[in-house]
Amino acid sequence: MSFIDITGLKKAFGPVTVVHDFDLGIEKGEFVSFLGPSGCGKTTILRMIAGFEAASAGRIAIDGREVTRLPPAKRDVGMVFQSYALFPNMTVGENIAFGLRIAKKSAAEIRERVAEMLAIIKLPDLADRYPWQLSGGQQQRVALARAIAVRPQVLLLDEPLSALDAKIRVSLREEIRALQRDLGITTIFVTHDQEEALSMSDRIVVMNEGRAAQVGTPFEVYTWPKNRFVASFVGTLNLLDGVVVDEGRLTLDGREVTVGRGLAGRRAGETVTVALRPEAVTLGATATGLPGTVEAVSFLGAVVRVKVRLDTQVVTLDAFNQTTQRPPEPGTAVRLVFGAEDLLVLGEG
Amino acid sequence: MKRSTLGSWISVAIGAVYFLLPLIATFEFSLRLKRGVYSFEAYRIVLTDPSFQASFLYSVVLALATIVVGAVIVVPTAYWVRLKLPKMRPVVEFVTLLPLVVPAIVIVFGHLRMYNSQSILPLTDSSFGTDLLLTFGYVTLSLPYMYRSVDTALAAIDVATLTEAAESLGASRTATLTRVIFPNIRAGLLSGAFLTFAIVIGEFTFASLLNRPAFGPYLQLVGANRAYEPAALAIIAFVVTWASLGLIQVFGAARKGSK
Repeated sequence: MSFIDITGLKKAFGPVTVVHDFDLGIEKGEFVSFLGPSGCGKTTILRMIAGFEAASAGRIAIDGREVTRLPPAKRDVGMVFQSYALFPNMTVGENIAFGLRIAKKSAAEIRERVAEMLAIIKLPDLADRYPWQLSGGQQQRVALARAIAVRPQVLLLDEPLSALDAKIRVSLREEIRALQRDLGITTIFVTHDQEEALSMSDRIVVMNEGRAAQVGTPFEVYTWPKNRFVASFVGTLNLLDGVVVDEGRLTLDGREVTVGRGLAGRRAGETVTVALRPEAVTLGATATGLPGTVEAVSFLGAVVRVKVRLDTQVVTLDAFNQTTQRPPEPGTAVRLVFGAEDLLVLGEG
Repeated sequence: MKRSTLGSWISVAIGAVYFLLPLIATFEFSLRLKRGVYSFEAYRIVLTDPSFQASFLYSVVLALATIVVGAVIVVPTAYWVRLKLPKMRPVVEFVTLLPLVVPAIVIVFGHLRMYNSQSILPLTDSSFGTDLLLTFGYVTLSLPYMYRSVDTALAAIDVATLTEAAESLGASRTATLTRVIFPNIRAGLLSGAFLTFAIVIGEFTFASLLNRPAFGPYLQLVGANRAYEPAALAIIAFVVTWASLGLIQVFGAARKGSK
């Protein structure tokens, strides 16, 4: 049994079911992200774990203790909200001490823990400030300190970086991950930002329409998406229609290419969707490779994005900007080179 | 001066004359008890009158009791409606506005009918019971102001998320209400409290028909039998009301921990 064990979890609001028979096991100390578009059910699952939403069916257990029907205060779960949710009438120190006071810890212990938390979040001098006197990033750090001050078994993060500007997001996500590793606290992180999920998580649960579309490490989810939804949601991807020739080959716009895997069991002549990452494709100088014509070039600084038309389909590729090589001009005839393993045959969904 | 600005100034001047002139006239009249000179004699007589002191103190105590009972009823109700029953808000708002529509005399006759000595709960049988009845009547009367003040204050904070944050830190509903919600709606609560105070201090109908020695009936009694003292009392009542409104401003502006 896993540290957090979710089985057959379901949530319906009237006739609308937003979470369908959701199963997941999370190990102690793991950092798991729920990634998906708005309305996919990721926050609802988080809120059911926290106890803010009652499950329509199913079971949630934490460290072997069933918590499905327990009120939030009895679950030993810390939560950080998108809107920070700091108590406006309390100072930073009082906010952090809130849970400790509720737990009736001694004054000395509270003082010590608050100081420790302020040091951890690198705001040791702001104990007497009020929330409105802090920046968004500082407020979210305080919210994090408040949540972990009571040393919960599980930390739930509900899009905690969404309200922050881009630069702060990057630095804070690194801080959150480092802190989570140091404390070894089991963490569930909800986000719709794939970069956050990929960079922070031990495992990612990609959610779609109330179901887990794929569960895996960031590398697995990115490299081997299980279906069309995951492929299109995680990273940028070329989705191409191909016609099966045999178990190792298919044609793209009439040109034959070799496929490493995924065609076993497919019939010759069957149309399949194949995915191709832009960074897996290079412009070849040789006569081999898929012929095409440059349609558009976007200079993005470190990366040059090139759109190449095959015949009816377009392939986008990302190449590093090199000072010795100028980007191709639109209309140039080129050859696309990629490995057989880079072509992913996608399942349905 | 622009034409529109001039128009605004004329409107303000007309308004000021309309509201201030009677007040100034009343004040001027209240100073004329001694023939030929202005004096505060009417104020001295009123303030040293034992009936004034007793009735004013009685109304102050009743106002404080009304504020406490009103807050205990209104804050949890408004909080719960915002948190769990948002669809019921229009209904609750309508109910709280009823005392503005139903005349006080109708309410008090209803009270007398429901709680007279022949009823199951004969509150009018004793002075204490009648005081309780009067307090509850005042709670009803102040409901539109108290509820609106508290509800507006609740609207200014994210009640649901703050509640969830407190609960995730182990707080019970009571602890959440007393430690998080109450302090954050303090300004609104105080506004409601001072408005309630101002209403109760001058209220006549309830106190008179329930035959209680409140400040309102005292005002009426003095007004019917004296010349200059009622004017002094009117000014005193205005000062009490203005002081209440001033305190709303002071506490509203000095809310701890907010911009």
